[in-house]
Amino acid sequence: MGGHQLEENSVIESSHISVRNLSVHFPLGRQLFGKPPVVRAVDDVSLEIPKGSFFGLVGESGSGKTTLGRAILRAAPITSGQIFYRDDEVEYDLGDIHKEQLKDYRPRAQLIFQDPYAALSPRMTVRDIIAEPLEVMGITNTREETDDRVRKIASKCRLNLEHLRRFPHAFSGGQRQRISIARALVCNPRFVVADESVAALDVSIQADILNLLKSLRGDLQNTFLFISHDLSVVAHICDTVAVMYLGTLVESAPTRSLFSNPSHPYTKALLSAIPSLDPDVRGKAQKLEGEIPSPVTPPSGCKFHTRCPVVQQRCKSEIPQWRELSTGHSAACHFVEPQTLSQEIRD
Amino acid sequence: MTLLTVEKLDLRFDTDEGRITAVDDVSFTLDAGEVLGLVGESGSGKSVTAKSLMQLNPSNAVYGSGSEIHLEVERNVVDVLSLQSARELEVVRGGAVSMIFQEPMASFAPAITIGNQMVEQLLIHTALSKKEAAELSVEMLERVGISDAGKRFYQYAFELSGGMRQRAMIAMALSTKPKVLIADEPTTALDVTIQAQVLDLMKDLVVEFGMAILFITHDLSVIAQTADRVAVMYLGRILETGTVRQVIQTPSHPYTQGLLNSLPKLAAIDEPLTPIAGDIPSPLERPSGCVFHTRCLKAKPGVCDQSIPDLFAMDPGHTAACFALTQEWVGIN
Amino acid sequence: MDLLARSKQKVTDQSLKEAYFTASQTQLVRARFKKNRAAMVAGWVLTLMILAGFFSEFLSPYAPTMAGRDKQYENGPPQMPKFWDENGFSLQPFIYGTKRERSIKTNFRWVITVDREDRRYVRLFVKDWKYSYIDLNWDLPGDAFDVNFKALTFSTHLFGVDKGGIHLFGTDASGKDIYSRTLRAIFTSLKCGALGVFIAFVLALIIGGISGYYGGWIDSTLQMITDAIRTVPPLPLFMALAAFLPQEWSAEAVFFVISSILGLIGWPTLARRIRTHLLSERSQEYVLAAELCGASSSHIIRRHLLPSFTSYIIVDLMITFPYMVRLETALSFIGLGLIDPVSSLGSMMQNVSKADILLNYQWYFIPVLFFIAFVLAFVFVGDGLRDAADPYTDARK
Repeated sequence: MGGHQLEENSVIESSHISVRNLSVHFPLGRQLFGKPPVVRAVDDVSLEIPKGSFFGLVGESGSGKTTLGRAILRAAPITSGQIFYRDDEVEYDLGDIHKEQLKDYRPRAQLIFQDPYAALSPRMTVRDIIAEPLEVMGITNTREETDDRVRKIASKCRLNLEHLRRFPHAFSGGQRQRISIARALVCNPRFVVADESVAALDVSIQADILNLLKSLRGDLQNTFLFISHDLSVVAHICDTVAVMYLGTLVESAPTRSLFSNPSHPYTKALLSAIPSLDPDVRGKAQKLEGEIPSPVTPPSGCKFHTRCPVVQQRCKSEIPQWRELSTGHSAACHFVEPQTLSQEIRD
Repeated sequence: MTLLTVEKLDLRFDTDEGRITAVDDVSFTLDAGEVLGLVGESGSGKSVTAKSLMQLNPSNAVYGSGSEIHLEVERNVVDVLSLQSARELEVVRGGAVSMIFQEPMASFAPAITIGNQMVEQLLIHTALSKKEAAELSVEMLERVGISDAGKRFYQYAFELSGGMRQRAMIAMALSTKPKVLIADEPTTALDVTIQAQVLDLMKDLVVEFGMAILFITHDLSVIAQTADRVAVMYLGRILETGTVRQVIQTPSHPYTQGLLNSLPKLAAIDEPLTPIAGDIPSPLERPSGCVFHTRCLKAKPGVCDQSIPDLFAMDPGHTAACFALTQEWVGIN
Repeated sequence: MDLLARSKQKVTDQSLKEAYFTASQTQLVRARFKKNRAAMVAGWVLTLMILAGFFSEFLSPYAPTMAGRDKQYENGPPQMPKFWDENGFSLQPFIYGTKRERSIKTNFRWVITVDREDRRYVRLFVKDWKYSYIDLNWDLPGDAFDVNFKALTFSTHLFGVDKGGIHLFGTDASGKDIYSRTLRAIFTSLKCGALGVFIAFVLALIIGGISGYYGGWIDSTLQMITDAIRTVPPLPLFMALAAFLPQEWSAEAVFFVISSILGLIGWPTLARRIRTHLLSERSQEYVLAAELCGASSSHIIRRHLLPSFTSYIIVDLMITFPYMVRLETALSFIGLGLIDPVSSLGSMMQNVSKADILLNYQWYFIPVLFFIAFVLAFVFVGDGLRDAADPYTDARK
């Protein structure tokens, strides 16, 4: 497949990444008889990531957000479903891609890791770490070209020249994360996945890195997929947010819309569980009971039904449909209705 | 009633690279029924301070000569730093003071059941028989909201989920009815919906048991929701203390202000984030004078890099260590 | 003045810091190793012993074989050169001449008497028997394979005496100089150990490397094979081999076979260590980062995996070495490995087990001291390297 014409009149023409009914299942160990139990990390997820957006993907542990990000980068196997990558030059079906096409895909999509201490090889200088993608993918031809590009991206990430000669052990967490970012961006990828990239950093440094990501996006005009468990961070930096729970997508909306008008009971509970910085706002919100179920044996029907405050009989057997509630705002719940239709008519 | 008094706590580590100051002139008190938050980023010394209360620091830790930690145990006042042997410290460790940690998987022995560990702790600190200890343990497990407590008693740590393990750890810590509970980043490793449950539980237990909690975290929102008073630490020194409302709503120290400004707030998602300039200095490069001056926008050369500011009181109970708050500062300007 | 001194201090501090920041992993390891005094001392001892073994012929006044024995001084005690005695001072060190006679007092055993009047002066850089650094004299089974090649032949020795013999550590029952034999023995044990380690290492690298890199069923299968080989008990194996080795084989051939067997037995432990290192390195995030760039396996191995475990492997080799030497020594001691007249630390210690020797000829023990020092030096250096390479294991002392 791969390399066919862009669909002209499809709604998703502006999508950088299209995910259609993606499932990523990992077998757990081996069994002598019968099939081994399976971790359903991602279960029938469909979403569109528009070009140039700063797309947030949130969820708690077991939500599958990291696996989804990795699957888009082909670092996790696709069990079923499709992922399409589309930019102005090429279009690839990532589930069915040849070696040559994969080679071309790599410089277009990169990953910023979470752990700044584990993501940098301790035996390479910073210059070598940042230059590695260029050298491996053969993007530059001479050492001068490589050095030039390394210097450019390093200065964008506010690393100075003398830093390039040093080894990772010389740097703090925040600086290492900047090196990680520089490495991910040196080959000028159109699509960048930032997987919990600020979670391991101190609070005062987080803001610094978030601002850096914002400015880089403005500068390089690429698309970011920002994976995080921290809703406040996502609220500040992303323009669209998608919420996952136990491998499925439960709600997706433009940021303002999601935070002012959460529709899915899980989103509501998630938002209310976030401790507020205002000491006078205490303990009024709705708290979720129970534990997150295991992704090996997820609940039937709507996966959230075991903890849902408005659960009905229907939820235990029927998987809710993904419904659009207002422009760009969709959720998967039996009991949310398309809202603000009247408001739209008024506007 | 004051349960814990820490005065002028100084702690240095002797390492291959030199002497590292972990805690510098830290003083605070903890009253019964109160939750005191100790907030700081990495290198602030908050965990080390907490461990000092039970002398849990490694052997190369050197306490300052003027450091004092006084704990009230059964109407006697114990000078914790003068206790030498493990035997003597038993009364403090797990008895009058209990501690819960960030990573519950690391604090439960993997090859012993939860029940056995809880019973072991009770047998050391109380005069209960084994049977009574087991009954009390199951009761505590129920009290912390673990369903099927009787079954869980016989399970191993890896069989419980993260949230349940943390609850079990709280149950174990509270079964000896300590006066002081030290919680070192207890919810940092938990999902936010589970965190909300555990924080609610801790607040209920404070009321029910009448104990005090020293809550250590880097998350100011958790403190805002859980603590009564808060002390902000940076590089081993306390820079600001006060009630939660005073410190969060009217922060006085530039560090606290910077910290609050750099936090993404759900209530104001359009506001830009302003980080604190610079990086946290490495412990080997401790700034002279005020520890924060290298990153402070208000820093005045000749003043802030020369002398260490004391804690000045602006309002009753609200103190901050910053020269900019004093009268002399205005004079200099 | 104060400002200048302070600014100079700042500059040196800064350049020290910069040196730390730009130090590669190897340099950091070396710096940490140098701080460990025990390891440094052990390192020097080891170097000296290796050099002594390498230049053993130059340093020995007599050949360690039967050809160099001193018939007049069998079972003779050690002779230490002196500078001064009751007859006066001498710039040149000297030893005493000896005569031997049978004495009624000792049941007609040969007894060495020392003649304090007869001074024999020790001279340096004496020309004596010939030795070659490249001396290939392999007498392999089958005449077609015999190799006879000599090069770099010298005849200078560090010291010697004009009349009689000088035996710093004494002699054994047939008159062979123990000092010369000890030096040769160090070298033999070193060669044997090195060959064994080399064979073990090559095998371990291949098998452990494939196992660790690919994982999955390849790993399981190879691990089963490794474990099976590990269960082979070395002692009965050697006994069987000793029975099967033809008598006419030369000492060198036997030596080669013994070393190979050592290597073939030693590789499973090393392979398992390599596999563990690889498995843990493989899952590091920076490896994933390289994979996401489409890096080939060879690039990842070369640039990320190999450098990271080179330090581990060097430590592993240093620790395996004394095991090989000890195994060879133990086998030679019980007569299954290299035997007299081949000098190895084990074969020399073979003589020590008799009560007769223990009571009368205590100097036979001196090689034992060397052996202990040798193994300890390796162990300390290996430990020091491991601590230097992996500073996260131990808490600070």
